[in-house]
Order: sequence, then structure tokens, then C-alpha cells
Amino acid sequence: MTEVAPSYFLVLAALLFSIGVVGALTRRNAIVIFMFIELMLNAVNLVFVTFSRMWGNLDGQVLVFFVLVVAAAEAVVGLAIILLITRRRESANVDDAHLLRW
Amino acid sequence: MNLAQEFSQPEVQLGGIAPELLLVGVALIILVVDASFGRGDNRWYLAGLSALGLAGAAALAIMTWGDNELQLSNMIAADGLAAFSKVSLAAFGLLTVLLGRDYLARDKIEESEFYALVLFAVAGMMLMTAAADLIVMFLALETFSVSLYVLVAFRRASLASHESAMKYFLLGAFSSAFFLLGIALTYGAIGSTNLYGGADPVAEPGIANFITGTPTDDLSLLIVATGFLVIGLGFKIAAVPFHMWTPDAYQGAPSPITGFMAAGTKFAAFAALLRLFDASLFPLRSEWRPLLIVLAVATMIAGSVLAIVQEDLKRLLAYSSIAHAGFVLTGVIAANDRGVSGALFYLATYGVAVLGAFAVISLVAGRDEERVLLADHRGLFYEHPLLTTALTLFLLSLAGVPVTSGFVGKLVVFGAAVEAGYTWVVVVGVLTSAIAAFFYLKVMATMFLQERDPDAPALPVGRLASGVVAVAAVATIGFGLAWSPLINAAESATIFFQSPQEQSAPIPPGG
Amino acid sequence: MILGDYLPILFLIILSTLFAGGSIYASSKVAPKRSTRAKRLPYECGIVPEKESERERFPVKFYLVAMLFIIFDIETVFMYPWAVAFDELQLFGLVEMVAFIVILLAAYAYVWKRGGLEWVE
Repeated sequence: MTEVAPSYFLVLAALLFSIGVVGALTRRNAIVIFMFIELMLNAVNLVFVTFSRMWGNLDGQVLVFFVLVVAAAEAVVGLAIILLITRRRESANVDDAHLLRW
Repeated sequence: MNLAQEFSQPEVQLGGIAPELLLVGVALIILVVDASFGRGDNRWYLAGLSALGLAGAAALAIMTWGDNELQLSNMIAADGLAAFSKVSLAAFGLLTVLLGRDYLARDKIEESEFYALVLFAVAGMMLMTAAADLIVMFLALETFSVSLYVLVAFRRASLASHESAMKYFLLGAFSSAFFLLGIALTYGAIGSTNLYGGADPVAEPGIANFITGTPTDDLSLLIVATGFLVIGLGFKIAAVPFHMWTPDAYQGAPSPITGFMAAGTKFAAFAALLRLFDASLFPLRSEWRPLLIVLAVATMIAGSVLAIVQEDLKRLLAYSSIAHAGFVLTGVIAANDRGVSGALFYLATYGVAVLGAFAVISLVAGRDEERVLLADHRGLFYEHPLLTTALTLFLLSLAGVPVTSGFVGKLVVFGAAVEAGYTWVVVVGVLTSAIAAFFYLKVMATMFLQERDPDAPALPVGRLASGVVAVAAVATIGFGLAWSPLINAAESATIFFQSPQEQSAPIPPGG
Repeated sequence: MILGDYLPILFLIILSTLFAGGSIYASSKVAPKRSTRAKRLPYECGIVPEKESERERFPVKFYLVAMLFIIFDIETVFMYPWAVAFDELQLFGLVEMVAFIVILLAAYAYVWKRGGLEWVE
């Protein structure tokens, strides 16, 4: 079995992260924005795991656990806030959130 | 490849995180006890328990004063920076809890969650200041950020509060991802996420001992990682161009929480910046300094200029807090002893003044915060001379007028930057301070020189809230006149492993 | 600071931005949009959906239970490494895990007492 070079994983992670950034900046629906942010976090997880293999220590894999848990906690709080708004306004579109301006 | 490592039991020293443990414990007790036995409207014991917990945490932090070591497998630094920060953060938390008690009772939204979340947030901020490993820093950052997302949305009846929480959450999570990428790249560069590393640089690598043992051309990945870490922390200190969330979050949040965010979040993120840049990454300063200088200059200018056009007092203070982030950054850029102690002094005194200012605003705003516009403060002096005088004092301190603590703070950080050879940055700082003075003066003129709106409702001023205002006012003027105890404390708050170069003798401000 | 060292990074940033923007744009232009009834239905793990339209609302209780599930579910991720190396970690690991579970129990007690687990008000 041929070994896949770690740099391929890093390139993939970089692309995933960039898709996340561009998506989070261009989408208007709060839930979709949050999905792109999750994509960014998971791209970072891929970076962690790749480097963990390159360095031959387990630190990176342990870090992924922490990232997963933090992401879940963040997701729950974020979705609760978004739910709070959509229940009153019937929309999760960030452009509809107009009570605050610069 | 065999990744298994031999398990050796780590030495468990809980001294360094005792304040955090106490706060988390008290918060859990508050949640469980109130959910099980909480009855009735007057739940004074919630605020009482929280205040006791915060006082205990401050005491535990003071007990570690003078320690200078790494604990828990090099994850936690028990040093002067952590001790000083923890005492300040406990004080901020105490003021917030007492103010919050009156605020929540007035708006009839008193819940145990408010107190528990403030305690969790303070614990997270404290851990942030003591983190000697990037992953601990990330966990701490998320602990207080997630608590604050909920606290910002705490005004149940207000859609604006919920919207601001959503914006804060989305941008906060976005910035966390960048911070995390910075951590991942650091790990890739050095094989660990530790800031210092252990005695043996090969077995226990860390940023500090990696840099000293590596020729500079191998550091490019670490430098890239540093850039991402700056983005993540830049969001939390509200540096331009990562400041977009600040005005919205500050406007929508309950006023006591706005003050707490301005004081606490900034303190925690700056403590992490100081530890990261002025200690671990100190040898790489020629690489990160240009980046931070650009941030500082942009932050000072944008914060001061955009504040001028604000009609809402909470938004005005939000832009003012952005400008202040720029001023403190000059201390970080200086990267000498005076810069570190000056930044700490600045953050502690700024926090007290801004908490006091938001305490007055929350009182004037009335139920459901309906009166927060500048126009609502017209002629306030003739109805509430004491509150107005206190707010004036806080604004003078934020403007950096002599005899207030804000003046001393600016003097020290600007002095440190001049000492390090960044006079032009200080010139920008002084000029933007002058611009900033204009809008503080505008608020004062509104309060003193204009007619009071005859329809303005009478303000119920709670005892706890007036106590908070009084304490903040006394501290603001006290540290403006007798700064040496606090400056001395900040000067002894050295960072663990701080590099011996660029040392400077402690010079009293103005001397 | 030598700016030339940073050129590859700039290059990578430009490249990845172009790629990300390009692929999102391309998929919106190129991807076929053949909407069928089955595709418009909400996805419920393969079973025939109870509710016809995504516009229709679920009781808030569903969301609450889902969120509580995510939180308590993901915590088990910390128990797997402990369970694998359970005998090696000895008493130290056990004490750590008990502390962790006690905190989880406090959260559970809080949710329970606050009525988060009641289906009917």
C-alpha cells in the first residue's frame, strides 16, 4: 500500500478552511454561516491529525477531542440563540437582523 | 508506527488553578441548588454566594503571589501575571454581580443562570491569563466566550439583545476557528502547543525553547501561525479590523454585562497576548511587531473617529473601548518591563472605570434599557448630580485627563513605547486621544449644559448599584492620585520565563 | 523581516480564495437543478417524512432534546481514551474520570430540575 504524503492532507485542509471562510463571509443564513464555521473547525482538526502523524506523537489527536467538544458546546449555544430569534421572526437571515446598525 | 507512550503519573498541583476551581464549583452549586430549591422572588442568596465565591477566588489568587513556576505538566503558569490578572478579574466579576443584582431585579429577569454564567466567564478569563499551553488558552477562551454569548442574550424581552448575541456568536466562532488554525500550525511547527516547553527541548518542546534552539530560517511556519493567533486574539480585544462585533454586542447586551465584557474580555485576551508575545515569542519580535503596530494604529484611529458620530451612549463607549485596545497594544508592542506592567495597570484601571460608566448608564437607562441615547442624558446633572459627577469622572478617566487613573495608565504605556523606540506610534496615540476627548466632552456637555427632558421618568437607584458606582469612582480617582501601590503590584507581576533582554529599571510615571 | 519569505503565503492565500470562491460559484452555475418531489421532502434518515414542508414548525421541545443530546453525547468522547487505557492509568485515571462524571451529573441534575427533560409542560 502506498503511503499518501502528509502534504496532501494539509492542502486538502487548507482548501476546506478557505471554503469555510468564503462561505461564512458570503452566506446570509445564520445556520448556513454556522455550518461553514464548523467546516473551518473540522479543517483544523484535519491539520491536527496530519501533524500528529508527522511528529509521531499523540498530542494532535488529543487536541481534536477538545476541539470536538468545544465545537459541540458552541453549536448548542449558537443554535439556541438562533432558535430564539427565528421563533420571533420566522427567519434566520442575518440581513433581517436590522435593529442594530453601525 | 507505534504512537503509544509510557504513562507516567503527572504531578497534581492545584494551587495555580484553585481560583478557577472554586468559581466553577460555586457556579455549579448555584445552578443545582437554585433549580432544586429556588423559591420566591427575592433570591438575594444567589448574588451573595457569587460574591463570596469571587472574594474567595481573589484570596486564593493572592495566596499564589510570588510564585513563579509551571504546574500541571507545564500547562498552567503560576506567576505574577496570572496572580495580578486573577485578582483584577475577580474584582470586575464582583462589581458585575452586585450591579447585576439590582439590574435583574429591576427588569424582573433575575435567574440563577446569570450569576453562574458570570462565574464561569470569570473562571475562563482567569484560566486564559494563566494558560501556558495554547490548547488551555483555547479552552479558556471558549469557556468565557460561550458564557458571554448567553449573557449578551439575557434581556429576555429584547429582540435587539438576541440579535446582538447572534452576531457576537457568529463572529466569535469565526475568530475561534482562526485562533485554532494558529494553534494547529504552531503544533505543526514545533511538535507541541506549549508556550515554554520543558527542561529538555527535544523531549518536551515548546515555543520558547524551540525558538532559542532553531536557526531563524526554519521559523516560517511558526510565524504564519503567529499571524493566525493574532487574528483570534484581535477579535477578543476588539482590534481593528476585527472589531465589527463590538458595537453590536455592546449595544444589545445588558449594561452590566457590557461593562463586564469591556473590562474582563479585554483583560483576559491582553494577558494572553502579553504572555504569548512579550515572553514566548519575544525573540521573534522583529517579525510580529510590524503586524501589531499596524493593528494598534488602525485601532486607535478607527475607534476614536467612529465614536464621534454615535448617538447611542453604549455604542459610543464600544468605539471608545476599541480605541483603548489600541492604546494598550502600544504597551504590548514596547515588549519591555514597563510595557507589561503599564498594560496591566491600564487594563485594571480601565476596567474599573468602564464598569462604573456602564453602571451609571444602566441606572439612567431605566426598565428594559429604553433610555440609552445621548439625548436621554440631557440635563442629567440637575436631577442626579452624584450619578452625573461619577459618570463625568469615568469619562475623564477614559479620556486620560490628569488626576484620574486613565491618565497614569496612558502615561505608562506611552512611556514604555517611547523607551522601546516607537515614538511615532505614541504620537498617533496622543493625537487620537485628543480626538477621543472631543466625544467624551460632548457627553459631558449634554449632561451639564442642556435642559432635562420634562417627560423623563424618575430613576429608581438601587443601593447595590450606587455602591458599585461609588467604589468605581473612588478607585478611579484614588489610582489617579496614588498610583504607586497598583503600579508596584503590576511591576512585580512578571511573566514566567520573561526574557532578560530589554530590561528597564522601574521608573515612576511622570518621573 | 524579509518580505520575500512571505510570498508563498500570499500566493497560497490568493490561490485558495480563488479556488474556494470559484468552486462555490461553479457549483451554483454548473450543477444540474432537477427538482423532484422526493428531493424536496425533508430528509428524515430514509423514512417517509411526517411533515410535508420544511416551513412547518416543530415544537421547541424537539430542538431542546436534540441540543441536550448533542452535549451529553459528545462528552463520551473523553471516556473512550480512558476506557482503552483504563488499567494502565490506575487510580489516577479513575479519580480524574469520577471528577469529570460528577460535573456531568451536576449538569444533568440541573437540566432535570429545571424541567428540561419534561416532554409535557
